[in-house]
Amino acid sequence: MEIPNPETNQPRTVLIDPVTRIEGHAKISIHLDADGQVETARFHVVEYRGFETFCEGRPFTEMAAITARICGICPVSHLLAAAKTGDKLLAVTIPPAAEKLRRLMNLAQICQSHALSFFHLSSPDFLLGWDSDPAKRNVFGLIAADPELARSGIRLRQFGQALIEALGGRKIHAAWAVPGGVRAPLAEGLKERVLGQLPEMFAIAERALALFKQLMDTKLGEEREVFGSFPSLFMGLVGSDGRWEHYGGGLRIINAEGSVLVDGLSEDAYASVIAEAVEPWSYLKFPYYKPLGPEAGSYRVGPLARLNLCERIGTPRADRELIELRQRGGRVVSGSLYYHLARLIEIVACLEGIEALLNDPGIEGRHVRARASVNALEAVGVSEAPRGTLFHHYRVDANGLIEKVNLIIATGQNNRAMNRTVTQIARHYLDGAHLSEALLNRVEAGIRCYDPCLSCSTHAAGSMPLQVRLYGADGALVEERIRG
Amino acid sequence: MTVITLTIDGRSVATASGATLLEAARAGGSAIPTLCHLEGLSPVAACRLCLVEIDGDSRLQPACVTAAAEGMVVRTTSPRLAELRRTVIELLFTEGNHVCAICVANGHCELQDLAVAVGMDHSRLPYRFPSRSVDLSHPLFGLDHNRCILCTRCVRVCAEVEGAHVWDVGWRGEHCRIISGLDQPWGAVDACTDCGKCVQVCPTGALFHKGDGTEEKEGHPEQLQVLVRARQQGGAP
Repeated sequence: MEIPNPETNQPRTVLIDPVTRIEGHAKISIHLDADGQVETARFHVVEYRGFETFCEGRPFTEMAAITARICGICPVSHLLAAAKTGDKLLAVTIPPAAEKLRRLMNLAQICQSHALSFFHLSSPDFLLGWDSDPAKRNVFGLIAADPELARSGIRLRQFGQALIEALGGRKIHAAWAVPGGVRAPLAEGLKERVLGQLPEMFAIAERALALFKQLMDTKLGEEREVFGSFPSLFMGLVGSDGRWEHYGGGLRIINAEGSVLVDGLSEDAYASVIAEAVEPWSYLKFPYYKPLGPEAGSYRVGPLARLNLCERIGTPRADRELIELRQRGGRVVSGSLYYHLARLIEIVACLEGIEALLNDPGIEGRHVRARASVNALEAVGVSEAPRGTLFHHYRVDANGLIEKVNLIIATGQNNRAMNRTVTQIARHYLDGAHLSEALLNRVEAGIRCYDPCLSCSTHAAGSMPLQVRLYGADGALVEERIRG
Repeated sequence: MTVITLTIDGRSVATASGATLLEAARAGGSAIPTLCHLEGLSPVAACRLCLVEIDGDSRLQPACVTAAAEGMVVRTTSPRLAELRRTVIELLFTEGNHVCAICVANGHCELQDLAVAVGMDHSRLPYRFPSRSVDLSHPLFGLDHNRCILCTRCVRVCAEVEGAHVWDVGWRGEHCRIISGLDQPWGAVDACTDCGKCVQVCPTGALFHKGDGTEEKEGHPEQLQVLVRARQQGGAP
């Protein structure tokens, strides 16, 4: 942390580096004007991955395994997006049992990732307090303060992870979803085992919901209005009947008033509505809704977006929670602190979805893979990752070797919203002369609402300009170098 | 049949005259690692993993092509041989692009198994990251040069067993690579009978069935021996 010198009358920069308890590495800089007021705040992503480039020349059949390795937290999301893109390159309709099994794995993935985000990463902020000792404001501090809550969070994550393992053979990077379907049908005995665990998981999710709703109404009342509370567009998948969706359906974009700007759009046409902007100070791209331009067209994705977009979830417990969410925050909820609540509601939706899928006899089908040669040279696959909509776009040659890859990642789509959130929080809490630990913690927690996954989202190569700025101890700009 | 007797790893081993040291050692219970060698194909001593120490000979000799002789004293394991075998495996890993995690043969790869066997937990040599291509022009099979270790099993099985002689080794030195036809895309070589024997005997994921994803290739080189024995006997295996 670089504390500016309050004696000088120069523009100053406050750095929080690294931001902790997010997936990946990033830094935040807060730029102050000469009067000590927040001019702007930025969320910098300083990692570089390059997946889009080194996938070129590989057989498309490997893409599921390669892109799953972008991330160890939600490998399933890339696995499914890659497999769905592969289905379209083969031009096959996958067996019904295979689609049900893929859906089952995605629900398990969303459930375990949300449990990690809420219980392990974010709840220490709410439960231990903004001014608590940073050394204890983590999952270990949570275990000491509220062992039952910490334990139940770990159990919920374990439930999702174990289901992924039972389907794909391992918890992380299971190469199970393939172009044309999945590799193995539902294992014997799994259905009974998972159904037996569900009551405990529902109880955990509902306890967490009750706790967080109470916090939102009391302790977090101020943060609710300051943490990324601004009108924006929202984008995500929605089922054909307006239901909450995570695997199929079409793209919908709504504005802050709830008006539908785009509906039922096929992922194939994503490029007609989405463009990607690049800024010199971050490796993370800035996708936006084309007709409105980079600023007004910035949109949010992820749990809150999915709940804002759908008419209903389609399962009784989750729908009850959705109605309550809308009573609290309106039909289109714009405060990003609600992302945490949306995550807990989605956990309930996932548990109900898992129950329904396992009770569907169709999931036990033994024919789970369609085989074909390359029949299309370009395809786009989409899935809802825990953090939001994930696009994979491949172009292959006639033999199936990758010529071009474009990946649009959830965290990238939330990029501008994260920057606005940081600026909003800094403006509200920064007292020009004093940088409190509580302010820095709130800035980080503002970012954490989006559960950003930076390892995923910094995959671009070659096109990124780089700006390096060196600040002296008095806050003055000493040197600046710009590449590209 | 003349029988000769020699000492391998301190044990007295009796074997038929004309047998190789590899055959004698394996019959005597000594495990010698091999990679290019495959029973049923002519030996080429390319991989150098089967090098052994012979008393009275200051040079190491490849067991797959060295004839066993009466009274020979042979050691198949020693600190020197262990170091050498690990180095050979490290050389193979570093001169190609072997990314096990995403390889079609992950979990069923002879090179990977040997890396474990020789204790290669990391490479002491720098990786070269060569720029190599993938040939998917054949309708059924693919060839990924990144994973090829030039063992030439495919060259030999195609020429000696299938009789098609699609494969050869082209170029020289570090540019050496397996070529099909006269360096044509595999799919353009009329001589190929689409039999798939080359894929079956490939010890790594270099040759694979198209459409196979990560971990899906399971080679079955032992099927070659069934075929070769059947031909020798002129009937069913």
